[in-house]
Amino acid sequence: MLGQLGEGAKFLAGGQSLIPLLKLRFANPEHLVDLNFIPGTSFIKEDSRALHFGAMTRHAEIEHSALAKKIPVLHDCAAGIADVQVRNRGTIGGSLAEADPSGDWANALITLDTTVHCLGPDGARAISLKDFIKDAYTTTLAYDELVTEVEVKIPPKGSGGAYLAFKRSAPVYPSASAAVQLTMAGDVCQDAAIALGCVGLMAIRATEAEAALRRKSLDDKTIAIAAEAARAAADPQADMRGSADYKRQLVVALVKRAIQIAIRRARGEQVEGAHLYA
Amino acid sequence: MSTVKRIAVNVHISVNGKPYAREVEPRMLLVEFLREACDLTGTHVGCDTTYCGACTVLMNGLAVKSCTMFAVQADGSEITTVEGLEKDGKLHPIQQAFGDSYGLQCGYCTPGLMLSAHQLLSESPEPSEREIRKAIAGNTCRCTGYMNVFKAIELAGRNMKRA
Repeated sequence: MLGQLGEGAKFLAGGQSLIPLLKLRFANPEHLVDLNFIPGTSFIKEDSRALHFGAMTRHAEIEHSALAKKIPVLHDCAAGIADVQVRNRGTIGGSLAEADPSGDWANALITLDTTVHCLGPDGARAISLKDFIKDAYTTTLAYDELVTEVEVKIPPKGSGGAYLAFKRSAPVYPSASAAVQLTMAGDVCQDAAIALGCVGLMAIRATEAEAALRRKSLDDKTIAIAAEAARAAADPQADMRGSADYKRQLVVALVKRAIQIAIRRARGEQVEGAHLYA
Repeated sequence: MSTVKRIAVNVHISVNGKPYAREVEPRMLLVEFLREACDLTGTHVGCDTTYCGACTVLMNGLAVKSCTMFAVQADGSEITTVEGLEKDGKLHPIQQAFGDSYGLQCGYCTPGLMLSAHQLLSESPEPSEREIRKAIAGNTCRCTGYMNVFKAIELAGRNMKRA
């Protein structure tokens, strides 16, 4: 259908980003193709290796899903996005396709092995999330191609993660966010993934911070070294949400806290993680 | 210069249990539909930027910001607005509790707050303070400071359970 309407048309998923952008005249498509009436596009399924989310699965459905809680980062992310009303409408597929640098899903999912399944007139393709988002508001999707499913590989046993964002109030985008996934063997970190959100044109993998944790026993000093490396990896812009230095300081605090929660979750503890409000 | 072609779409939306069939432009927002096509002006427009929640209504029981949806997207659904809370001249327990607890001052945000409270109390009749905070985090009030709103929601929950 989008093929017939041409490049002036745009898909409408949950609309919680696109409709405000239309009102601001930042986007002015000639046609909108509403995806909300297509059956079978909202689901949460599990197989032996991964969780599968239909593109039109609402944040609220993921927040309340017992299956999604198996990967705590997903629950942290879904439960913290904006407010109840936005979570009732906004979708995981829409969030990734929008690729807003301040969006929550891309940053949380980039620390996991995530595949984005897409469909267009030329057929289906599966793209690793790290190759899917190219730049701010830019993905590899062709204009007539859409996301059908988000597949998240279940982390190995002994792995724990956390996603934390700092927001000035519930409905706004975070000022900064951090996602951490650690695979532990006792007190020693076997593998680490750390991603920073809202402090660059897209989610930033803090590879030096990850390296600072690998094969180390995670005491306070090691965690502090990793958090400082994350500060150096952040590339924030000063804006209404704060100065660049303020956001770097937020990154340090969020990464430390997320690492501490991830360590406890890797041990099998139930830890409530939540977005932080000013 | 391209001419804008006027397109009209027929929608059938049940609002507060009453069917409304209207011909609307596809770009009409749900809140405009409620206020202008149905004359139900209890639903307010506050910020018009998906922030304040003054336009909150229930769609099939779930709170949504009616300024961030098109009317055509609500086709076939059940909408509840503040006008639908009262039954047979009797205030809904949530309305009664907002009054009894002085949970409002100017009242502009109140319809939205009551409908967010409605979704919360239908899922969790005895919410914790944290649950109340989460449930109304998308509703901005610039008068009361929220404390009496919390009290109102707690009171409404207790009264609804007793009823």
